[in-house]
This record gives sequence, C-alpha cells and structure tokens, in this order.
Amino acid sequence: MVRLITQINALLWKEFVLEFRNRNALNGIILYVFSTIFIVYQSFRVVPDIPVWNALLWIIILFSSVNAVNKTFQNDGMGRQYYLYLLANPVAIILSKIVYNVVLLSFLSLVSAVFYGIVLGNPVHQYGNFLLVLLLGSIGLSSLLTMISAISYKSGNAIGMVAVLGFPVMIPLIITIIKASKGVADGLPFNTYSKYLLTMAGLDVVVIALSVILFPYLWRD
Amino acid sequence: MNKSWWKIIPVLLMAYAIPMSFAGDVSVQTILHETIRNLYFHVTMWFSMFILFIVSMINAIFFLRSGNLLYDYRSEMYVRTSLLFGFIGIFTGMIWANFTWGAPWVNDPQLNGAAITILSYLAYLVLRSSINDAQKKARLAAVYNIFAFTLMFVLIGIMPRINDSLHPGKGGNPGFGSYDLAPAMRPVFYMSIMAWTLVGVWIAQIQIQIKIISQKIKSEQL
Repeated sequence: MVRLITQINALLWKEFVLEFRNRNALNGIILYVFSTIFIVYQSFRVVPDIPVWNALLWIIILFSSVNAVNKTFQNDGMGRQYYLYLLANPVAIILSKIVYNVVLLSFLSLVSAVFYGIVLGNPVHQYGNFLLVLLLGSIGLSSLLTMISAISYKSGNAIGMVAVLGFPVMIPLIITIIKASKGVADGLPFNTYSKYLLTMAGLDVVVIALSVILFPYLWRD
Repeated sequence: MNKSWWKIIPVLLMAYAIPMSFAGDVSVQTILHETIRNLYFHVTMWFSMFILFIVSMINAIFFLRSGNLLYDYRSEMYVRTSLLFGFIGIFTGMIWANFTWGAPWVNDPQLNGAAITILSYLAYLVLRSSINDAQKKARLAAVYNIFAFTLMFVLIGIMPRINDSLHPGKGGNPGFGSYDLAPAMRPVFYMSIMAWTLVGVWIAQIQIQIKIISQKIKSEQL
C-alpha cells in the first residue's frame, strides 16, 4: 500500500513536470476552449434561456475534455511505456493518470465556466454548489475518458475512436451533470437537485473502481 | 455436439406461448385495449436481451481470467444476438408506443436508455473490427464489454427512477403487476421470456460453432 502511494506520487510528479516543461497540452486546450466560446458568442451574442446556456457550457467542456484527455497515453512513447511496464504497478499508473486528468479537467472546466460566464452572461448565484457540480463532473469525465483513451490507445488509436467508444457510455454521466447544473443555474433549493449530485458521486466511484480493476488487463501486452 | 436435447424446450414453450399470446385471456384496459398482447413480445425481447448481455459479460470476465479465446467467441456472439433482440424490441416498442402514446418515439428515459445501450454495443463491434491481433482484440473487447455493461446497468437501473418515465412502474406510474394483470397472463409471459431467451442462446450457439469452424479452416490453410 505504501509502495503504491510512493509510486503514484512519483508518476504524478513525472506527469506534472512533463506538462510544465513543454506546456503544449495545456496551452493548446485552453486556446481551444477560448476560441470555441468565442465562436459561440459570435453566433448567439446573448443566451437568455437557462437550459440552452447550461447545455452549451457542458457541450463545450465535454468536447474540450475529450481533446485534453485524448493524448494521455500517446504522450508516453513506446520506449517509456515499456520502462513503466517493467517498473510500476498498473494500478499506480492508472490512478496517477486519473488524478492528473482530474486536476487538468477541473482547471479547464473552471477556466471555461468563468470565461463563458463573462462573455455570455451568468445566471448562476449559488457559486459554491456550482463549483461542486464542476468538480464532480470533471472527476467523472476525466476518469471515464482516461479509461476509454487507454482502450483506444491500445487499439491503435484510430481517429475518433475515443468519441465512438466514449460518448455512449458517457451519456448517463452527462445527463446527471446537466440536470444538476441546471438546478444550480435556476437557483433552486439544494434538496431539489441533491439526488443528481449523489448520482454523480456514485458514478465517479463506480468508474474509478472499474478502471482500477480492469486496467491491469489492458496494460499487459 | 450431442448436447442439443434442450432445443426441444423453446420449441415446446413457443408452441404454447405464441398461440396463447394471440388468443389467450388478457386484461383489457382503457388506453391499452388489446395492444397489451404486445407485452408478450416487446417486454420479453428486452428481458432476453438483458439476460444475453449478462451472459456475454460473464464470458468476458472468464476470458480475462483464462485467456481462452473460446470465451471471447461466446462473448462476441452473445452480443450480436442480443443486438438483434434489441432492434426487435425497439421495433415492437415503436408499434406499441404509436398506439398508446401517439408517436413512435417519445422523449422517455427508458427509450433513451435503450438507444444508448444499442449504441454502446455497436461501438463494441466497431472496437473489435479495428484490431487485427486476436488475443489483443479479445482482451480490449472484454474490458470494454465489462465497462459498458456496468454503466448501462446504472443507466437502465437508476436513471428512469430519477427522471419521470411514461413506462409502467416508473415515475409514479403504477407497474403492470399492480393493475390486474389477468392471472392467465402471467404464465404465458414468463414462458415467453424463457422461450425467447433460449432461442437467443440457440442462435448464439450456432454462430459460435460457425466461428470455431471458420477459425479452424483458417489455421489449416496457413
């Protein structure tokens, strides 16, 4: 157990150092989010309708997270993959990738929500609850997409494979996120949408548990 | 294969269930009228589909534990058969919905769940067809199968209870069981489920045999 945690720490350190060294993923994805939001702004100007506001925000976050997580396993070249295979526990590898992607996507969704709110108007008043939705949503999206991108990477990474495999299984999560987020944006009392938050937390746990159980089978070649 | 004696069971069950579903006693209700007979076909399709998906997932688990490709063939063929059942289920459901709800497709969590299930298993087939190496294909497909099934289970099991649904037994609507489902209907219904599931197993068995034989021929040619 202690060894697992040390391994996770070392792998996480590796991910963050690599990210800060060339910053290509982060900068690229932030630029992607900004230009998407700007296109939405140019086409809508004002979004008066809360359901539309909400759906657009989550579609933007969904597509940018698919793009952000897509490269998780691609970035390690073949050589480094073998090196990690020999050194590290597969559970440590998947958990470190998930934690890294959770941090990346929470940041990304926060940045996009702030920019989106500034440009297209902000109906949200319960900021704490909205942050909770963003966080739970990012955890779910990132853990699910990490696993899907692992499958897609091992299958030879055909173009669009992550979307084909990921979107059908992501729909329950997306439906719950959109319902919860709409509840917050409408300014409803907490107990009307708390069941969606619970469902989201449950889905997050299920997805992470499945990843930990199934990833070792993917990892060995 | 000498273990084919059980195939008489679905034949006998069908011989009883199909005539009874057209001619048996049903409880006639205000909106449903005689369309309730579709219960024997539409609902049984979903039950059999679900049972066959479970069988497929169990075979996927066995494959991951043993690495024996036979389990992978089974897993794939059960998915293909259940997809066939799923399409028939959607089709019979559309006929029924057209009579009772006024439109072949309505925005209902149960319907969306069914569409998503079929989409994710079609994605499973796409994943399979994109890999050449048999062992690798089997392993990735098994992992995706278990992953998708678990999430589908969450989707079908939990989502309709959170959202409102037009289906009986969900969103405050009473289930069929709490109406007077005429006592004569129950045995026919359960027998239909068994019959269609066994037919699904039968179809899958034939496909598995074809797969095994074609693999054998391929390896002899090499």
